[in-house]
Amino acid sequence: MNQYPWWKNALIGLVIVLGLIYALPNVYGDNPAVEISGSHGATVGAGTLARVKGWLTHAHLPYLRATRTAKGIQVRFARAGVQLRARDLIAQKLGSHDHTALALAPAAPGWLRALGARPMYLGLDLRGGVHFLLKVDMHAALHKALVEDTRALRRALRHAHIRYREARLGKTGALTLRFRNKTQTRLAKRLIAQRFQDLGVASTGANQLRATLTRVAILAKRRYALSQNLTALRRRVNELGVAAPVIQQEGDSRIVVELPGVEDIARAKEILGRTATLEIHMVDDKDSLARALAGDVPPGTRLYYNRHDQPILLYRRVLYSGDDITNASTGVDSQDGQPVVNITLNGRGAAINARVTRHNVGKRMAVVYVEIRSHLKRTSNGVPMRGPDGRRIRITQKIEHVITAPVIREALGGSFQITGIGSIRQARNLALLLRAGALAAPVSIIAERTVGPSLGAANIARGFYATLIGFAAIALFMAVYYRVFGLMAATALAINVVLLVAVLSVLQATLTLPGIAGIALTVGMAIDANVLIFERIREELRNKNTPQAAIATGFDKALGTIVDSNMTTLIAGLALFWLGSGSVRGFAVTLCLGILTSLFSAILVTRAFVNAYYGRRRRLARLAI
Amino acid sequence: MEFFRIQRDLPFMRYARTTVFLSALLFMAAVAALVVRGLNLNVDFTGGTVIEVQFPVATKPSAIRALLARHHYRHARVENYGTASKVLIRLPTTGANSKVLAVRIERLLTVKRPGATVRSVEYVGPEVGSELADQGGLALLFVALGITAYLTLRFEWRFAVGAIIATIHDVVIVLGVFALFHVSFSLTVLAAVLAVLGYSVNDTVVVFDRIRENFRRMRTGTTAEIIDSAITRTLSRTIMTHILTQIMVLSMLFLGGPVLFGFALAMTVGIVVGTYGSVLVASPIVMWLGLKRDDLVPRKAASADRP
Repeated sequence: MNQYPWWKNALIGLVIVLGLIYALPNVYGDNPAVEISGSHGATVGAGTLARVKGWLTHAHLPYLRATRTAKGIQVRFARAGVQLRARDLIAQKLGSHDHTALALAPAAPGWLRALGARPMYLGLDLRGGVHFLLKVDMHAALHKALVEDTRALRRALRHAHIRYREARLGKTGALTLRFRNKTQTRLAKRLIAQRFQDLGVASTGANQLRATLTRVAILAKRRYALSQNLTALRRRVNELGVAAPVIQQEGDSRIVVELPGVEDIARAKEILGRTATLEIHMVDDKDSLARALAGDVPPGTRLYYNRHDQPILLYRRVLYSGDDITNASTGVDSQDGQPVVNITLNGRGAAINARVTRHNVGKRMAVVYVEIRSHLKRTSNGVPMRGPDGRRIRITQKIEHVITAPVIREALGGSFQITGIGSIRQARNLALLLRAGALAAPVSIIAERTVGPSLGAANIARGFYATLIGFAAIALFMAVYYRVFGLMAATALAINVVLLVAVLSVLQATLTLPGIAGIALTVGMAIDANVLIFERIREELRNKNTPQAAIATGFDKALGTIVDSNMTTLIAGLALFWLGSGSVRGFAVTLCLGILTSLFSAILVTRAFVNAYYGRRRRLARLAI
Repeated sequence: MEFFRIQRDLPFMRYARTTVFLSALLFMAAVAALVVRGLNLNVDFTGGTVIEVQFPVATKPSAIRALLARHHYRHARVENYGTASKVLIRLPTTGANSKVLAVRIERLLTVKRPGATVRSVEYVGPEVGSELADQGGLALLFVALGITAYLTLRFEWRFAVGAIIATIHDVVIVLGVFALFHVSFSLTVLAAVLAVLGYSVNDTVVVFDRIRENFRRMRTGTTAEIIDSAITRTLSRTIMTHILTQIMVLSMLFLGGPVLFGFALAMTVGIVVGTYGSVLVASPIVMWLGLKRDDLVPRKAASADRP
């Protein structure tokens, strides 16, 4: 009488089998690996695989397997330490035309990988690595946008033949415009309203206008700055060649970057935080440099310095900038052996470059390195200064220097070389930064966590053993107290853990140490559903119900209670997920998913077991409960 | 095997005044501990730098503290962490870059104590810390509101009030224990406190569910008798679940290592208090709020039930 229809049993069986399959890769884990790919999508040379094997054997670096893949070559190692040394070796031997990256290769057999089964993604506290919380300097992003608007507005006014006395960008983020007369003011106001939707304009006295970014524009710019920075950071991290990094938005002005297994933290920080770009200007050789140095800088020009502090007078106008660069790579000058950076431009940049160089053969063109850095303002004895609102004052500093200012010998096109950079390392960093794109706004690190790899391994082992021993104790207790039913519940509980691990693996949710605690806690709470059911069955038996009826009523009556009590816990879990971040979120994810899998295992799976064991017996005298 | 073969309902509600009074005392003690000693908030909330250092031999925190003080790190707090050979160095937020700080301290320690290695560095900026504290409070508030709404919908407002008071009681006592023993309060512990909240309500709902069922099933008896019967009949389950969950949590407390210690401690205390609170605090409150049969069983439905 207590029987599930065959399809229900089949469905439960199917879910369990799927759970087992998708949880299985976790038993195998990951292998640290090095991946070699040709730069710009080119294939890796045919002999490379054999050469890589040879180098590794020669350097006594043991590898598990070296194979050709769709992307290039993959070499697996047993330990992360060997992987890092091997990567350095391979990168050094291969030179610059092939790209090497660290990776994690699932160690599961091929048929599992073909099914898309992957192990859980381990958080930093379990794997080791570095975690950064970056804050995007929105103030600087808005300022940058305003500077561009000011420039465009000046151009538009000139173009419309509206004469202005002054168009000045104030420190408060407002643009002040003064005109000669009312007509001009009115015309300018109409022009701004029509063509500059980003700006809200108001009259602030006779012949004077004040333009500020509108609320909508500010929101849009902030969003743009954040998404642009995310993209740029993602590309930079790719350039670093880190296995399985995390780059995520958090809130409206923050970005989380997690780099598992990174050892060279100083370099990672340098690459992440730099906001470098290039600007190309024409050199003003007409006017006197000496007079400019004395203070008489001609209009439309500005004094710049190179790395050796030698002055040079450049036109203010930017011909094109780092945004127009599509690729940058390092090389060596064939004549003097100095490091160079080869630049490739996009269509816009190439067109400007061609036009400008064609008309200016014999003149000089300057490549200016621009970097925005942000740091705390300090008093003379190093204490950070605070503003009137109690916040620390940040100074955004723009560092600009002329890298090189060569004479244009012929009309150039879409690619050229920058020389005069200094060391190879500097050339490589410059190429990397140009390739990865500029950050739309400077970022600063506001929180940082480093976990050593040995600590991560210790955390996994501890969390695993605590869960295992707790689980074993619970299973034993259940079997003694509820006998056959207890054994069934313990089996269902094991299935619950398998299912939870499978779901976490499929979702590729991050497993953290609190996440393991969440799994352990779910085990404790999942058993509650079984206890509720079994106590109900006992109660029904005490009320002189037949065993079969007791089973049916027990499961039925407990169901409402189980759902109600789990719903409240689910509410707590969802609030945690919503408000929490990082490791707390990991805990919330396992808790919420664990509630769902435990409902399945405690109600359906246990019932299926009970049905299979007792369901067919018509003359059932007693239950082993 | 069966521990509880209770034939007659136990008169819990007769002792309601005593149990609630005891709870109130405990609650006040916890509040006092929180006010007087305060929570020992860790770097997650306060901001600052934490460096975990492994030494080759057992090392006294006082020696390291003195060593650091001699080198201008006067505000460093040093304690053993997990084992006697590991120490945790906490430094308040300074202008210096955390990595630079960690490198400087590592250099200092390796010179003075050969073989010392930095195992982990954690830096939290001041704004992040205070924000987390706000978010934690907000999370607690939202969970409380969500649960109240759910219980009001599924049961009745008196149950929601009873459950929330019992839950606040549980959470405050857990926090009080952390304040009293000055155990470091981290983000993970906050997660555990929220889990305690969920667990405690979970427990309370099981009893409430039975009270509601009893009102529908038993047509005679005072509210107190009906509540007594509900608690007695769920007692076996309450204690079993308590024991089983406690086994898991204790396993984490003893085997999970220092990182999980705070989490497991909060859960251990929370499960004990939560079990007590759901039985002996939530139910009397519901009774005192004047719960009657009519609140749960609509008259018509009640008469239709009659055979």
